[in-house]
Amino acid sequence: MTSLTSRLTDVLADVFGRHTFGHGIHPPEHKEETRERAIEQFDFAPVLVVPLSQHLGKPAVPLVRAGQEVVRGETIAEADGFMSVAMHAPVSGTVRKIELAPSISGSMVPAVFLEPFPASTQEVSDGAPCDVETATPDEIIEAIQRAGVVGLGGAAFPTHVKLRIPDGNFIDTLIVNGIECEPYLTTDHRVMLEQADDVFMGLRYLLSATGAERAIVAVEANKPDAAERLRAACPDDLPVTVDVVPVKYPQGAEKMVIKALLNREVPSGDLPLDVHAICINVATTAEIGRLLPHGRGIQERVVTIGGPGIKRKGNYRIPIGTPIRFALDQCGVDESLSRVFLGGPMMGAAVSNLDIPITKGTSGITAFTTSETGDPYSGKPVYPCIHCAMCVEACPLYLNPSQLGLLAKTEQYQVMVDDYHLMDCFECGACSYVCPSHIPLVQYFRLSKRMARRQQAAEQ
Amino acid sequence: MKILHRQLEIASSPHVTSGASVDVIMRSVTLALAPVCVFAIYAFGIAVALVLAVAVVSCMATEHVARRVAGQPSSLGDWSVAVTGLLYGLTLPPGLPLWMVAVGGVFGVGVAKVMFGGLGSNAFNPALVGRAFLQAAFPQAMTHWTPLAGPARFTDVPTSTLALPFAQPTYDAVTAATPLAALKFEGTATDTSELLLGMTAGSAGETCALLILAGGAYLVARRMMNWRIPIGIFGAVAALSAVFTAMGASFPAPPGFMLFSGGLVLGAVFMATDPVASPLTNAGCWLFGALIGFLVVVIRLWGGMPEGVMYAILLANAVSPHIDRAIQPRVFGSVKS
Repeated sequence: MTSLTSRLTDVLADVFGRHTFGHGIHPPEHKEETRERAIEQFDFAPVLVVPLSQHLGKPAVPLVRAGQEVVRGETIAEADGFMSVAMHAPVSGTVRKIELAPSISGSMVPAVFLEPFPASTQEVSDGAPCDVETATPDEIIEAIQRAGVVGLGGAAFPTHVKLRIPDGNFIDTLIVNGIECEPYLTTDHRVMLEQADDVFMGLRYLLSATGAERAIVAVEANKPDAAERLRAACPDDLPVTVDVVPVKYPQGAEKMVIKALLNREVPSGDLPLDVHAICINVATTAEIGRLLPHGRGIQERVVTIGGPGIKRKGNYRIPIGTPIRFALDQCGVDESLSRVFLGGPMMGAAVSNLDIPITKGTSGITAFTTSETGDPYSGKPVYPCIHCAMCVEACPLYLNPSQLGLLAKTEQYQVMVDDYHLMDCFECGACSYVCPSHIPLVQYFRLSKRMARRQQAAEQ
Repeated sequence: MKILHRQLEIASSPHVTSGASVDVIMRSVTLALAPVCVFAIYAFGIAVALVLAVAVVSCMATEHVARRVAGQPSSLGDWSVAVTGLLYGLTLPPGLPLWMVAVGGVFGVGVAKVMFGGLGSNAFNPALVGRAFLQAAFPQAMTHWTPLAGPARFTDVPTSTLALPFAQPTYDAVTAATPLAALKFEGTATDTSELLLGMTAGSAGETCALLILAGGAYLVARRMMNWRIPIGIFGAVAALSAVFTAMGASFPAPPGFMLFSGGLVLGAVFMATDPVASPLTNAGCWLFGALIGFLVVVIRLWGGMPEGVMYAILLANAVSPHIDRAIQPRVFGSVKS
């Protein structure tokens, strides 16, 4: 049951033509330091490390071997089945080795190590173009898979998988997600400002591939310039509207943006497809529009490097495989740097090893200093849960984090799954953010999901 | 600048928090109670200052000693037991012997909080459990009401206040009647404006409805209190007293009088809203508030005692976990009921 106030605010929002989802939080945005900074091209690191698995699904199969020379943009690994995408050389150079490299998950993953040619002009090689006017939906979907496109918002889900609509189902609305609700991140903002034409070109491919009747570009109210730019650049023949929604975290989440724009709730355990919507990140859309006409693949991406620990904050177009250490060296870090995480502070994973490369899912590198993180050894006290229900009021999925937290402590993982919808949690962190007892709720839930899966596997 | 191989801190996201903290919430509650305490001391004098001091000290000492004995770190830093002590003191008659105050504080915190597992685990409001214990153990002392604004209240400590443990307290003045007792036993009604301004006899902190409501409004504005509970209580009391009066209850109880007399406002704003012993969901809080309101009206109209707020809240505390089990938030994407 939703609360009366949130229902009232939603009704008011509807009356004034502004839509959003229920619950949620308003963390400080911290976007002002990088949103004015135009995208800058990054230098090549001495060695680039291209993991074969930068996406959800099966790792790509390498097409190159050690010692081989590759051209920037060349396909160096091909998709292994439908739930997989290709990888492209981010630089013209020599394949040094194919070995295990560290990843953000903490495990070692196979990767192609590339050493750039020092004197190369680094021209990007073109492949077979995909013409938006003549290509069939299947050809577009295949071209997107060949281009190695995954969700650039951070989830890194293979985009072409979302676009294949099963027989008997249909899509009426294509949502291009330019919400970017994570604090500090401004990549989508810059892409909308600087690559509006790419966004609409990408939209043509996506509309054609899915057969959607219309598209909505969703922008949060803190990016009025982006909405204005998109409206100005929108071609007349496209059935596209630009919708500005109130600022609230985590509105960028697929289920939340669909609720905000269409007032449809994706059923628990189902896909956006089941409410006839599909949601594609705006930077992903722009990349499709930029790459497909030339038959190219993703070999670089825009990353916001920011946070109080960074000296030259900005938005950079960085080759895939650039080690984080190199990126931080280029931008300069503060003496008191204490924590580095990939993405924004709400959902970003902390980096334990600076040799981890930037991958397709890396939307930002944010660095905190000791003045943000405090003394790690004396930290805030964790109090018992006082049932204040702040987490219940924050959870965008109307879960009961308080009860889930108590169940996690007593290791009742199956009860959490069966009775309290643990698996619906997408780990936005709103509950941990508001908790006055400083209980690391979302950390409990990540662990509980793993434990529940392990128990289920053991029973089978 | 070359980055050194420094120790990077590993932590689970989110890496930022809202800054909300249990100790901040508890300190804000004491701040919200400050005007109520000041008025109580103004109205009833030194005796109330002593009662509040002994209440707070006995509650804090009980928790501190219990945790020390159990080998646990002190929990005084979360300020929750200080709030309990203050609330407990505010529910007591102004001239209550101090040794009784201490006994009730030890019982309330020791039994209702520490034995249940400390902060977050108390099923019942510890302040009210302490008071309920005194009500059962010392019914006469608990119904002796000091008259309002006695002339010597700032100079003389009442004899009863300093009564020796287990001795029968002697009282300086004749007992005053609370507005509820006056109505129930003597048939005299008190003006609502006097109830709002606190110009009546009663428990130390229950008399001035306006200051209590102001403190509650402050906590609601700081989003530290679920306003649905007090509003639910007030709504239920107003509606039911109007209905029962119309149906011919045992004595006339117009809604205005029922709302602002006795401990209703103090209980509704500061006791029933104890998050630990109240439901999680907003729907649950409405139900919880309505249940307390219903019980208050029933006890006041048909019970043997003139006042029923304390028992109403304690009974509802017992029901709260069941309300939570019955009313869960409607999960996003589940079938609309």
